Amino acid sequence: MSRVEKGLARRYRQERNFKRLGLGAILLGLLFVSFLFISIFANGYTAFQQTFIKLDVFYDPEMIAPVGETDPDVLSAGNYGGLVKATMRELFPSVTNRRDKKKLYGLISTGAAFQIRERVMQDPSVIGQRESMWVPADDDVDMLIKGHIDLNLPESDRRIKDDQLSWIQGMQEDGRVEKRFNTTFFTAGDSREPELSGIKGAAVGSFFTLLICLAISFPVGVAAAVYLEEVAPKNRWTDLIEVNINNLAAVPSIVFGLLGLAVFINFFGLPRSVPLVGGLVLALMTLPTIIIASRAALKSVPPSIREAALGVGASPMQTITHHVLPLALPGMLTGTIIGMAQALGETAPLLMIGMVAFIVDIPGGAMDPSAVLPVQIYLWADSPERAFVERTSAAIMVLLAFLISMNLLAVWLRKKFERRW
Amino acid sequence: MKKLISAAVALSLTGFVGMASARDYISVVGSSTVYPFATVVAEQFGKTSKFKTPKIESTGSGGGLKLFCAGAGVEHPDITNASRRIKKSEIERCAGNGINDIIEVKVGYDGIALANSKAAPQFSVTRKDIFLALAKEVPDPKAPEDGKLVANPYQTWKEVNASLPDMAIEVLGPPPTSGTRDAFAELAMEGGCKKIGWIKAMKKKNKKLYKSICHTVREDGKYIEAGENDNLIVQKLEANKGALGVFGYSFLDQNSDKVQGSLVDGVAPTFELIADGSYPVSRPLYFYVKKAHVGKIPGISEYLAEFTSDKAWGDEGYLADKGLIPMPTEERKAFKSDVEGLENLKL
Repeated sequence: MSRVEKGLARRYRQERNFKRLGLGAILLGLLFVSFLFISIFANGYTAFQQTFIKLDVFYDPEMIAPVGETDPDVLSAGNYGGLVKATMRELFPSVTNRRDKKKLYGLISTGAAFQIRERVMQDPSVIGQRESMWVPADDDVDMLIKGHIDLNLPESDRRIKDDQLSWIQGMQEDGRVEKRFNTTFFTAGDSREPELSGIKGAAVGSFFTLLICLAISFPVGVAAAVYLEEVAPKNRWTDLIEVNINNLAAVPSIVFGLLGLAVFINFFGLPRSVPLVGGLVLALMTLPTIIIASRAALKSVPPSIREAALGVGASPMQTITHHVLPLALPGMLTGTIIGMAQALGETAPLLMIGMVAFIVDIPGGAMDPSAVLPVQIYLWADSPERAFVERTSAAIMVLLAFLISMNLLAVWLRKKFERRW
Repeated sequence: MKKLISAAVALSLTGFVGMASARDYISVVGSSTVYPFATVVAEQFGKTSKFKTPKIESTGSGGGLKLFCAGAGVEHPDITNASRRIKKSEIERCAGNGINDIIEVKVGYDGIALANSKAAPQFSVTRKDIFLALAKEVPDPKAPEDGKLVANPYQTWKEVNASLPDMAIEVLGPPPTSGTRDAFAELAMEGGCKKIGWIKAMKKKNKKLYKSICHTVREDGKYIEAGENDNLIVQKLEANKGALGVFGYSFLDQNSDKVQGSLVDGVAPTFELIADGSYPVSRPLYFYVKKAHVGKIPGISEYLAEFTSDKAWGDEGYLADKGLIPMPTEERKAFKSDVEGLENLKL
């Protein structure tokens, strides 16, 4: 007894240390995650706002088309860039020299001309009239308003020059400059002008890619798992298959990209950069994950359920489809969603099949060229314009939001359908 | 779930059916250096014309030409961008796959800057300094004219050239897969290597050895491969005041508040000095068009017209705003008329 008491203090201490060690590991992990989130959020939240400038646009019939013109071909050919320039000149009549004018025009995004064109195309009756309009500011102006440009630097080192600064301040005093919610970011495709770029193209591309991926990997994965777990005899062949599946789950994803390039593009002649090929490649990649998760889910269904079903006269197929599969489904879905989340974040295999591309138009189907969210992040991170830095972080936030909601869905499904025996 | 699956299956089926129809957008591949310029043109073209926006992949110059030369059908790309000229072997490979008519378009110039943080003193190096500081093997510093090479012994810039600051050599640059690296090796390092008489003399006798001496970058950690991402290099320079970085002019232009370009042979990497050819480390950029696809894929000739218009590649054009160094007016005119006449490439 005394020996036990002698060692007791030490054992308690060890116990406490053991607990602390585990807690420390979790805290360290949380620290890293929060560091990641905070840095991304701090960099990216400003991208959800965009600076707009109010212009008093005179829809000059001489520059667009005569009053009363409705032919869209004529309307779309109008000189809208010139219209924006004329509006700016009107706002700052003192600017006359050619170099200064160029700097003045540089304050407004090139998107302004397209915005005015859109307006005229929608309603040709505005020609000849005057109207106030909020148009996006150039990305450098946007960076200035958001405080990313250090005004203490000498003029030559700044992308916003002193006279541009005074013009902007003039407009600010007139209430012509405003930060607004950046809807473009959610409604536009990629662009080389940061203020006109958006993630919708990439998000839609990701959606089609994942849809194809799910449509192929889920049924195939579940069928394979059911066969291996419920039907196949246990022999050397099935062991070999099992080892191979486990191996495949660990193969680097770029290998699947090379396979996709060789098989789908070079052999079957499918086009490059389309979600169909992307989905097929990602399906190959997620299959092992789904098969392994589904087999685990099937294994966890107690044998008594099968025996009872067979006992009351169900055929093996009925046993599987009526009893085993519904019980194993939550686990399978969880595995599938985790596999999909993995596929959502994948870029390496898509590199090989040409999905790392500049695509402006929002894809309308699985055969239109498109990028995906992580690829968009990669492309923006590699762009020279300063304003893409915050957009990169904002795109990461959107991707993280998707990943978190997918994982939450997996947790919810498990909680909802989980059965305990 | 069932509905979702059937919808997905239906969708993929319609996709397969749609595959048979011809491509209605231009497909561009190639150099990551030309990519930021080609994408601007593509976007303008897509927005102002009735055609779809061309799809532009960034595959690197070599990868782009490989894809480009793989065949003549519409499943292969129409245009490839390159940050170097097409090679004879590549033209032969193209011809072997039935692509005989290629239009060459020179876009403009790109300067390669050697830059460091603004917080550090500005460097002024010669190309010979660059070679001596970064080559794997250099002439023995004790007897430089002996024709003997030793593993690069230089640790600081001062050891390379007494007029340079006493700072450890640390250069962040692109990996060997990058076209920027190729151009840097060819223009900066070989340019410096040539200044050493006996190595220059070797060019005639043993071209292979000459090239390997001039182009091989040291691997002892003084030259750090920082990946293809030039933004990353800029950020690292900001954090590491003692390091220099190698990247394209457009990144220097966009980050002029953070980094400064070093003078090479006494010339600063500015727009004007690269344009007039006095900055020694600059290279031409190209793209190549398959003549057989013109007329087959809608919009190619219009895309070419947009690219070669003055509002795009002119002195005041939108490409210059993005950091492309335009060609002289005469050269632009010559290329424009070649493009309009769909003239074949001549080496």
